[in-house]
Amino acid sequence: MSEQNTNLSEYIPDVPEHGGFHKVVLELGVANHPGVMSHICGLFARRAFNVEGILCMPVGNAETSRIWLLIFEDERLDKMIKQVEKLEDVLYVRQHVGEHPVFGRLDEFFQ
Amino acid sequence: MMQMTGADLIVKLLERQGINTIAGVPGGAALPMYDALSKSEQIHHVLCRHEQGAGFIAQGMARVSGRPEVCLASSGPGATNLITAIADAKLDSIPMIALTGQVPLSMIGTDAFQEVDTYGLTIPITKHNFLVRSAKELLTAVPAAFRIAMSDRPGPVLIDVPKDVQNQMVSFEEFPDVVVPDAAPSFDIAAIEEAAKMIESAERPVLYLGGGVIHSGAAHMAVTLAEQASLPTTMTLMALGAMPMDHPLSLGMLGMHGARYTNYVLEEADLLICVGARFDDRAIGKTAEFCPNAKIIHIDIDRSELHKVKNAHVAIAGDVGQVLSELLPRVKPQLRKRWLSHVESLKGRFPLAMPGIDNPRSPYGLIHAVANCLDDNAIITSDVGQHQMWVAQAYPFRRSRQWLNSGGLGTMGFGFPAAIGAALAAPDRTVVCFSGDGSLKMNIQEMATAAQENVNVKIVLFNNQSLGLVHQQQNLFYGKRIMASRYERPTDFLKIADGFGMRAVDLDPAPNPRATLAEALNTPGPCLIHATIDPNEFVYPMVPPGAANSEMIG
Repeated sequence: MSEQNTNLSEYIPDVPEHGGFHKVVLELGVANHPGVMSHICGLFARRAFNVEGILCMPVGNAETSRIWLLIFEDERLDKMIKQVEKLEDVLYVRQHVGEHPVFGRLDEFFQ
Repeated sequence: MMQMTGADLIVKLLERQGINTIAGVPGGAALPMYDALSKSEQIHHVLCRHEQGAGFIAQGMARVSGRPEVCLASSGPGATNLITAIADAKLDSIPMIALTGQVPLSMIGTDAFQEVDTYGLTIPITKHNFLVRSAKELLTAVPAAFRIAMSDRPGPVLIDVPKDVQNQMVSFEEFPDVVVPDAAPSFDIAAIEEAAKMIESAERPVLYLGGGVIHSGAAHMAVTLAEQASLPTTMTLMALGAMPMDHPLSLGMLGMHGARYTNYVLEEADLLICVGARFDDRAIGKTAEFCPNAKIIHIDIDRSELHKVKNAHVAIAGDVGQVLSELLPRVKPQLRKRWLSHVESLKGRFPLAMPGIDNPRSPYGLIHAVANCLDDNAIITSDVGQHQMWVAQAYPFRRSRQWLNSGGLGTMGFGFPAAIGAALAAPDRTVVCFSGDGSLKMNIQEMATAAQENVNVKIVLFNNQSLGLVHQQQNLFYGKRIMASRYERPTDFLKIADGFGMRAVDLDPAPNPRATLAEALNTPGPCLIHATIDPNEFVYPMVPPGAANSEMIG
C-alpha cells in the first residue's frame, strides 16, 4: 500500500450522550398474552433507553392489557415510539406528561 | 365439522397458503409435523444437512418468488441453528415462516431435553413470533404468520409448536380463509405534490433506490421516474438490478465499495430521492457528510425508517409502487442536460477501475467471463466478502430478483443454500452462486442437498485461502498485522464436492478457462467451479469504515 494510507484507521463513532431529566409517561394498549412484556422491554433495553417505571394490568375482558411506562425523555423518543408502534401486539401508543398521576401514589411501596 | 391433529392442521394450512416446498431437518419435537408431512401430496420436503441451510433455502425461494416460504426444524439445537437465517431475513426484509417443534407444554421451563426458549430467543430477530399453546390457536396463528410476513415491510415470522400441541386433536367448522397481504398504508397526496415540486426545481437531483423497490415490484416505475425527470440513479446492494447496470442513468452501487464517480455525484447532489432504502452505514458512510448539500425526499413503507438516520424534508410512508404511481403523473419531463453532462464527465474522470477484466483468472475477469456465458434469466447469488463486492460492482444485473445476497446481516454461508432455494423456486433458470473459500465452508454440507435435489446450481468459487475482506482490512487499517485471516492449510474443494456427489471442475489447470467455464455453466445439474485468486487482490475503491464516502482509498 502507498504511504498515504498508513495513517488511515477505522473510525468508530463515540457512544452518544443520552438521557435527559424530563420525565414522560407512555400509555400502551397491547394484546394480552405471555410474551408481550418481553417484546416491549427488549426494545428499550437494547437501546439502553432508561425506563424508570412499568405498570401493567389486563383491561376489561382481559383480551388486552394496558402498559404504563415512565421514562426519561431524550432525543430518541420519537424514534423509540415508532419502533414500539411497529410491534404486532401493540394496539396504540399515547404520550402523556411526566406528572401523569398513574405513577403518583406508588411512592409508598418504594420507601 | 372437521377433526384432525394440530400437526395435520399445520400441513393443511400451509398447503392452502400455496406452499409446495419446505426445507427442514427433523428431530424429536418435530416428529408429529413430519408424520403429517408424509401424508401431503402437495408439499415436497427438502431434507437439509443443517438447519441454517434450511433457513437459507427457504430465503432463496422467498427472494425469488417474493412470497413467504417455509423452513422447519426441531426444538433446541434445531431452533438455535435456524437463528442466523431468521436474523438475516429480518435485516433484508424477506418474508419467511420458520416452524419449530418445542418440548411439550407441561415440560416448558423444566430444562427438558432439547428445550430452549425459542420464543424468547427470536423476539428481536423476527417481525413477530408465536408460541402456540393449543391446537385451536393454530387456526389463527398460522394465517396470521403469513399475513404478517408478507404485509407492509416483509419479514420473518416464527411459530413455535410444542409437541403435545402438534398431537392434540382440534375440531372446527371450516378452514380459515387463505390470507393475502394487508392493504398498504394510505399516504398524503399533498406530500407527493410537494415532492414533485422539489424534483422539478432541483438542479442536481439523484435517485437512490433500495431493496424496497424490489419487494414492492416497482422497479419499472422507478426507472420510468428516472427517465421522465432525468435523474441519475444509484442503487444499494439490495436494489441491484432495479435499473439495468447499462442504463445511461445508472450510477451503479453507492457506498463503501461504490465507484468514485458515484460517491462524488452524491456529494454534489442538491436533492436526494430515497426510495425504499434506509441510509445504511455501508451505503452512506459518515452520516453527517452524506449528501451534505441535498434536500431529502424519503419514501418507505416502514414509517420508523423515516427520519431515522437522516431527517427528510418530505417523508412519505407508503408502498413504494403506490407512491411512485401517484408521483409519476405529477413529475414534469425534464432533460437536465447540464447536470447529466456533468455526471457523465465525473464518470469519465473517476470510473470504476476493473483491472484484469480480460483475464478470466482474475476476479473481475472471472465475473465477466461468467456473465458472458449467461443471459438475464440466470439468477446470481453471492456469499459475503470480497467476491460479493466484486460481483456487486461488475456483474451486469438487468432485472429485479436476479441478484440475491445477504445485505444487512452479511452472513457468510448465505450464498450456496440460497442458490439451492432459488433453483427450487425457479427450476427453469440457471443459478450461479459466487462464493469464497471462507464463506463456502460455512454451509458446505448443503452440497449433499444440492446433489440429492439435482438442482441447477453452479458455485463459482474464488479461492484465495483467506478471509479476504478481513485480510484486506488488516492490511489497510491494522498496520498489515495479519491475524487469523489466512488459512494455513489448503482445502481440496474438488475432493469435497466429489465426496458429496457433486460435479467439480477446476479452472486453474484448464488450458482454456473460458471454454471450461462455459461447458460447466451450460451442463444441467449442480457443479463446483473452482478458481484460485490472488489473496493480495483487494476490493477498491474502499471507504474506511466510519469515514465519509468522499474519503475513498484506491
